Order: sequence, then C-alpha cells, then structure tokens
Amino acid sequence: MRVEAGGNTRRPPLLSRALPAWLQALPLALVFLVFFIVPLALTVMVSFWDYTEYSLVPAFTLRSYTEMFEGCYDRLPDLCVTLKTYLSTMKFCLIVWLVTLVVGFFIAYFLAFHVRSLTWQIALFLICTVPFWTSNVIRTISWIPLLGRNGLVNSTLIRLHLIDTPIEWLIFSDFSVIVAIVHLYTLFMIVPIFNSMMRIDRALIEAARDGGASGWQTLWNVVIPLSKPGIVIGSIFVITIVMGDFVTVGVMGGQQIASVGKVINTQMGALQFPPAAANSVILLVAVLAIIAVLTRLVDIRKEL
Amino acid sequence: MSERRAAGFYWLAALFALFVLFLYGPMITILILSFQGPQGGLTFPMNGISLHWFYRLWDGLGVVDIWAAFRRSLRLGAVVMILTVVLALLAGLAYRKRFAGSNLLFYVVVASLIVPSIVVSLGIGLEFRLLDDLVKWTAEALGYEEFAQSYGTTMGLFSSGLGAQLTWTLPFGLLICFAIFNRFDRRYEEVARDLGATPWQSFAHVVLPIIAPSVVGIGLFGFTLSWDEVARSSQAIGGLNTLPLELEGLTTTVTNPEIYALGTITTAVSFLVIGTALGLIAALRKRAALRASP
Repeated sequence: MRVEAGGNTRRPPLLSRALPAWLQALPLALVFLVFFIVPLALTVMVSFWDYTEYSLVPAFTLRSYTEMFEGCYDRLPDLCVTLKTYLSTMKFCLIVWLVTLVVGFFIAYFLAFHVRSLTWQIALFLICTVPFWTSNVIRTISWIPLLGRNGLVNSTLIRLHLIDTPIEWLIFSDFSVIVAIVHLYTLFMIVPIFNSMMRIDRALIEAARDGGASGWQTLWNVVIPLSKPGIVIGSIFVITIVMGDFVTVGVMGGQQIASVGKVINTQMGALQFPPAAANSVILLVAVLAIIAVLTRLVDIRKEL
Repeated sequence: MSERRAAGFYWLAALFALFVLFLYGPMITILILSFQGPQGGLTFPMNGISLHWFYRLWDGLGVVDIWAAFRRSLRLGAVVMILTVVLALLAGLAYRKRFAGSNLLFYVVVASLIVPSIVVSLGIGLEFRLLDDLVKWTAEALGYEEFAQSYGTTMGLFSSGLGAQLTWTLPFGLLICFAIFNRFDRRYEEVARDLGATPWQSFAHVVLPIIAPSVVGIGLFGFTLSWDEVARSSQAIGGLNTLPLELEGLTTTVTNPEIYALGTITTAVSFLVIGTALGLIAALRKRAALRASP
C-alpha cells in the first residue's frame, strides 16, 4: 500500500508535465487528423464505392479498379491507358531525378566546400532559395516567351542562321515539361544535400588528401557516402512531387501529355469520384513503394 | 585547405552562375515583357515600353474577377501564416518534452509532406462532399426540408481550403521549430525559472525574444507557400478560387501580356514579403546583439 501511495504521489507531477505537452501538440494533431488522416481513409473507402453519372453509391465493389486496369493484361504487349500514363509519369520522374540529383549535388558541393566565408555561403544559398518562395505557376509560364515557337531561343537560332524554321519540340513537349520541373524543384535536392555536407567533419577531407586521395577519389569515397542521407531525402522530395504533378505537365505539355495527377484532376472535374479515388490509392502505393526502395538503399535512421 | 583555389572551383563556380541564370532568367524575361508596348505580343521583340498591360489588368481580366481572387489569396495567406506560426510553435514546444504519441505525430507530419498533393487535395474534397451529403440527408430525415433545399456546401476558402494549405505549411513550420529548439540553450529558461518566472513569463520574456528571428522565418514560409499554392487547394477550394488557381486557368485562355503583368505583380508581392521577413530577421538579430553587448 505504501508503495502504491508513493507511486501515486509521484504521478501528478508526471501527468502535469505530460498534459501541457499534449495540449500544446493537440491543435496541430487535430489539423492533421481532420485534413490528412481522415481524408486519406475516406479516399480508400470511396475507391471501393459504386457511382452513377451524378451520385456516389455506398457499396463494396472493385469496379473502379477493374475499369482502371481493363485490358491491361489481355492486350499485352500493347499497353493500356493506365500503364501508359504510369510509364510516362515514371519516365519524367526518372529523368528529372537524374538531372536534379547531378545539378543539385554539385551546386550543394560548391556551396559547402568551395565557398569559404559563411556570409557568402548564406548569401548564395539565399539566392538559390528565393525562387522557392515565389509562384510556381508564374515560374512555369515564364518559360513560354523563351521556348515558344517565336520565343527567344528560336529567334536567336534563326538570326544566327543555325536553323531555318523554328524548332517545334522546345515548347509543349516532354522537353519543356522536364526543363520546367527541373527549374522548379532542383532546390528540393540542394537543401538536404547541402545540409548533409555541412555536417561532414572537414578533418575527414584533409585526412583523405593527406592519405594521397585525388579530388575525385575524395568526392567519391568520402563526400558522397557521407551526403547519402541528404541525397535520399532530396530524392524522396523530388520523386513524390513529380509523381503527383499535374500543373507543370498540364501547362508545359500544352494539356496534351498524360500524367497520373492529371488523370485524377480530370476525373474529379467530371465528378467521377470513385475512379479518382482508386487512381489516388494506386498512385499512393506506387509512391510509397519507391520511397521504401530508396530508404532500403540507405538506412536513413542509421545515417542520421 | 590550401590558399590557392582548386581547379574544380572555377568549373563549379561557372556551373553555379549558369544555374542562377537558369533560375532567374525566365522570371526576368516575363518581368521585362510585362512592360511590353500596347502593340507588343507575348514574345520579344519589345514593341516599346509601357504600363499598358498593367492598366488593362487593373480594369479586370474579362469574366474573371482577378482582384477579388487577389484579395482572397492575401486574406487566406495571412490566416495560414498566423495559424502556421502559432500551431507549429506550440507543437514545437510540446516536442521539447516527452509525450506519448510524439513519434506517431511526427511520422504523420512527415507523411503529409511526402504524400502527393493531388491525393491529399482529393481526399479533402471528398471529405467535404460526403459531409455535405450527410448534412442534407440528416436535415431531410429530420424534416427540415427547407434547410436541406437551401443548403449549399461547407467547402470553402476558410474551411477545406485553409485545411488543405495547412497540411502543406505546418510540416515546414514544425521542422523549422525542431531546428530552432535543437540549438536553443535551455540554461536561459533555467535562469528565468530560478529567478521566479512563471512558465508563461519565461516563454514570453526569455524564449520568444531569443527565437523571434526564426519565428519570422516560419511566418515567411506560411504566407509564401499559401500565396503560391495550387496542387493541394485545387480540389478543396470550393466555388471561389485563389489567385494562383485563377492564374493556372488563365494560362490557356489569356494570349496577351496581361498575364505577364499579373505574374509581375504576384512576384512583387512575394518579393515584398520575403524582403520584409529578411529585413525583420536582420533587425531582430541586430537588436539582440545590441542588447547582449552592454
């Protein structure tokens, strides 16, 4: 009894410490419950519902999923619309990922290891980040006067007599979509990689050099392995954004290029909620699978 | 490190310069083109310099009431900013102590950053539609026919739209808070407590002044991310669009430099906010430094 009483007297302070913490975290937790957890659960639920032209019918049916993958198996090796859309989206993902990774890595490397004063580091880093705080739509359409049929690139090339007729594939093409996405999201690679690099003990670099490693050897065997957490985090950011993108693909693809995000957007516009929900579920599974593979490559928790 | 620059430096510096040009070049292009003369088109050459397209924009863009959208976005941005600062800061304070479920909440917040925006947006849109159906169904079942008839929707700028944007701004806010409190020296608080300050006094007079510059940073993220947000709002905004959503729609219909003028104004607002925030951060740092040195 005495022990219990002792336990009881020790409890109130513990509770009074935990209670404020809960109360402080509660508003944020509620926002994510109402606007993130519940919506995701409802999406999964509605993806199994039936629907008519203008209403949702609560049920449990695989209709949306079967319609989505209709003919995907029978008509192989021809690709069905859904597979084509996913392949196209993943193609953009892969190209953008490679470009942002290489560019982002070297920009971060330059900032972290070659800029020597902290003031300059902060200033140059800010220059890279400012566009992140401006409008993505504006940044996207600002490519049009450059890449357009009569845009700056084409007119310059014509004036230089390098080409006779404007290059058509500069705008509203895969090319322009990739340029615009790289333009928008390289920052998401730079910041985490830069962050990882700033934590690298400079003595390790010196040790590598003293041990006779060349610049490239140091980069490959010391800097890159130690930047891995940043590389993985940046990759997750870029890949998830591109997988769900519909604005950039829409505007820069001239509304002609398919993407998973666009399909969902179109279905929502047509009030076809269960198919849109089913598409979202598949997209989410695909994204989570990619993240799982990436985190398997590097154990983030161990690396941190 | 040797004093002489490594050869790689010049290559990397050139790459960096190119990258900055790549980042800012297009933006500068439409900034210039928005001052296109009245006869000018969407591309170079410039056909004179004028404010023509700004005047036309001022009179409105056809059927779209762009200035109403502009004001809506400003209001929403302000609300998102305040809520992001307050909620993220509160949660940041909570994470300085241990509490059950803190890990789970952290994973949820990070997941919100990683789940594609279109999926979140669709989910919120569905949630509010189902809520509307439920309200109508209940009203009819209870015999409030008139109410059911006149009932519109709970979806809107400051319900579903606000929530959708918060799922995007709060993760950034919370991560910044983690960075703030990781570097925070707890001894300041201990001193305050030893001198008899209540928890609130120690927060308001000791902690807040020290972290103020970073709090401004959270506000910067809150406003600018909301001001430019498209993907998460797209399915969850209700009947009245924000400015970036209107802009996205206009990209296919407007074929004159008015859209560049609008872009210039939108970007100007962004830069104004960034400039104000950075200025405020610098001023707060300076004040702290002045106070520290007697």
